Amino acid sequence: MDWLTAAGSPAQKFTLMLFAIVLFIGVVALILFLVDRPKNPRKWMLVLGFLGLPMLGLGFGLVYPAIDTIRNSFLNRDGTRFVGLDNYVTALTDAQFLLVLRNTAIWVIVVPVLATVIGLVYAVVVDRSRFERFAKALIFLPMAISMVGASIIWRFVYEFRPDQQGIQQVGLLNQVLVWLGIPPQQFLIDQPWNTFFLIVVLIWIQTGFAMTLLSAAIKAIPDDIVEAARLDGLSGLGMFRFITIPSIRPTLVVVLTTIAIATLKVFDIVRTMTAGNFGTSVVALEFYNQSFRAFNSGLGAALAVLLFVLVIPIIAYNVRQLRLSEEVR
Amino acid sequence: MTRKATSARHRRRTLAAGASLAVVALALAACSSDDGGGGGEETGAAPEIDCAPYEQFGDISGKTVHVYTSIVDPESQAHIDSYKPFTECTGVEINYEPSREFEAQLPVRIQAGNPPDIAIINQPGMLRTLVRQFDAVTPAPQAVEEEVDANFSPEWKEYGTVDGTFYAAPYDANVKSFVWYSPTAFADAGYEVPQTWDDLLALSDQIASDAGGPPWCAGVESGDATGWPGTDFIEDMVLRVAGPDVYNQWIEHEIPFNDPKIVEAWDEAGKILKNPELVNAGLGDVRSIATTPWTDAGQGILNGTCWLHRAANFYAAQWPEGTNVAEDGDVWAFYLPAMTQDERPTLVAGPFIAAFNDKPEVQAFQTYLASTDWSNVKAKSTPGGGWVSANKNLDPSLLANDFDRYVYQVLTDPTTVAGYDASDAMPSEVGAGSFWTGIVNWLTGQSTQQVVDQIENGWPSD
Repeated sequence: MDWLTAAGSPAQKFTLMLFAIVLFIGVVALILFLVDRPKNPRKWMLVLGFLGLPMLGLGFGLVYPAIDTIRNSFLNRDGTRFVGLDNYVTALTDAQFLLVLRNTAIWVIVVPVLATVIGLVYAVVVDRSRFERFAKALIFLPMAISMVGASIIWRFVYEFRPDQQGIQQVGLLNQVLVWLGIPPQQFLIDQPWNTFFLIVVLIWIQTGFAMTLLSAAIKAIPDDIVEAARLDGLSGLGMFRFITIPSIRPTLVVVLTTIAIATLKVFDIVRTMTAGNFGTSVVALEFYNQSFRAFNSGLGAALAVLLFVLVIPIIAYNVRQLRLSEEVR
Repeated sequence: MTRKATSARHRRRTLAAGASLAVVALALAACSSDDGGGGGEETGAAPEIDCAPYEQFGDISGKTVHVYTSIVDPESQAHIDSYKPFTECTGVEINYEPSREFEAQLPVRIQAGNPPDIAIINQPGMLRTLVRQFDAVTPAPQAVEEEVDANFSPEWKEYGTVDGTFYAAPYDANVKSFVWYSPTAFADAGYEVPQTWDDLLALSDQIASDAGGPPWCAGVESGDATGWPGTDFIEDMVLRVAGPDVYNQWIEHEIPFNDPKIVEAWDEAGKILKNPELVNAGLGDVRSIATTPWTDAGQGILNGTCWLHRAANFYAAQWPEGTNVAEDGDVWAFYLPAMTQDERPTLVAGPFIAAFNDKPEVQAFQTYLASTDWSNVKAKSTPGGGWVSANKNLDPSLLANDFDRYVYQVLTDPTTVAGYDASDAMPSEVGAGSFWTGIVNWLTGQSTQQVVDQIENGWPSD
């Protein structure tokens, strides 16, 4: 039975997995049974019985790694020596990492704003139109594609072939340029524009999300308010500015912050399209490279902590707004 | 990186797999590879090797050795097949586990306390990291050391040695100092294979003026490993301009990365790679080298858009099926010439076999892999070609084709001075990081001095 500790073949691994699941169910059943046994269990027993295991899981899977990562960020490359803030100094002063931080900042500002604005305008335009469902499905579809898949699609769009006799453009965008009489461009190489060409991919994916939420919020604006505004002579842009926007403000903030958080974590798009070359790297990719390719766990951990710190205010704001919007309802 | 022939193929397969249900595909792959490892018993044939060397390890029948590697399907089958005689001799099952995330996963598994028995490590730089940083590798047993002393040149043993202790025997070998060309086109145009670097530059200029376009084609795009084919070119030039001694000091960081001799070598490579008159035939300007997949870059040789393409022996696997790879055929490779005609500095690479424990069955398997028996069996189990070893006692007639024999001849030629692929031997932070990105920055506009200064600044200090 020593394969239980060192399962080799798939059959053994599956048996081990089943064994673990049965064991888990057994333990949970036992705990719940014990909690339920006294006629009037004390409150702390109930809380511990029902929340204890998830708390343990969270602690082991989330809190402990987080604390360990923070600890690692103060250690040297192989975690053997305390180096104080050296890793943070490197991450915040080295030209290479400054570029990475600058790129991340561009991503976090541009993606949420553009995705939300485009999503909002789209939602307003198609609202109650004849093709509403079709139009919405169209823009929502990219959300169903994985980030890597989307990146590969867009790599084809940006594909470059030289401007020479007998050479056919493969990339859609360059073909359009050629039709317009402009020489083909290397979209993924030219700095700093290449970062924006990568950003387009995430906007393409996220706009559907923004549009769906905002559209629901617009539809939730009470009809009497709209009616009253109309009687007061508001229409078109005025209606949008003074009625629609204020009414959906909480949703707008939630959409913006949610996309901002997703953007901070962006990794797949950059790795697939440029692998961080040509000055397009972002914090999440650099964290992976330092930790798993350069075996510099200290610097990698510092970058992860930096990302964590950057997310905190956005999440805090997001949670506050969610609460506010619930109060409104 | 040494195993890029594999890597390119797996990239294409990854894309294909993405379309299907990835999880199912993965599960199936895992099953099939596991089955392959234990395929020894059903044949029941007499082993084709001498079993005596493995008796010293005692009764190890019924044990399993777990091998972790980056060599994936379809190359993996030949490797699995080559282990069978060992299983027939000793009764030890080999559990072969290939992984595309090998480089990133191995340290994770070691840190988790779950290392494989054997890992086939593609870079000596990683071997050093595992020894120095993780203290995880077990020194090679006496039997392996004896085999390596008998079968390999001292340089190759040195590559598997860290801080004076011998850890890892060479597995197979690649030669990188080749320029691919078309013998037919050369004969038609009346060009000769150049014998010195200056000859090569002169020939390049001549082809450029005769053909009216750049003769060289190059590409260094390779997914998240983009840049590595460029490092090979630079390393070849350091070997030629500065010589093997400086080359080894450069790897060990005994001289800085931005030493004037290195800058000189880098600029020498730039005479081709950064000269728009000479690159990048049919593929765009100089910068297009950075975005052209290395697997496609040389294909222009077949249709005449391109004349010269510097790439390792494993580029042979990139030619479409039916291409006549022969000294007078569609494509062939000549040795990238040195500064003078009588020097033969050659850039080589190859993976190494590291063990993470000293169980007798693991040591027996290590001994088998270092033996000439294994080299011969492996040559026989690779009928498709593309496999060469640096083992001096290998029987070259067993190799699959003329090109492999030619590579083997270069590898074991006594006048050859081999230098191990520097980017594979340097710390991963440089070798698989700043050196790669440095190449990309260099090709897209930065000056040599800027690039080497950046890499020097990023060299890990402890």
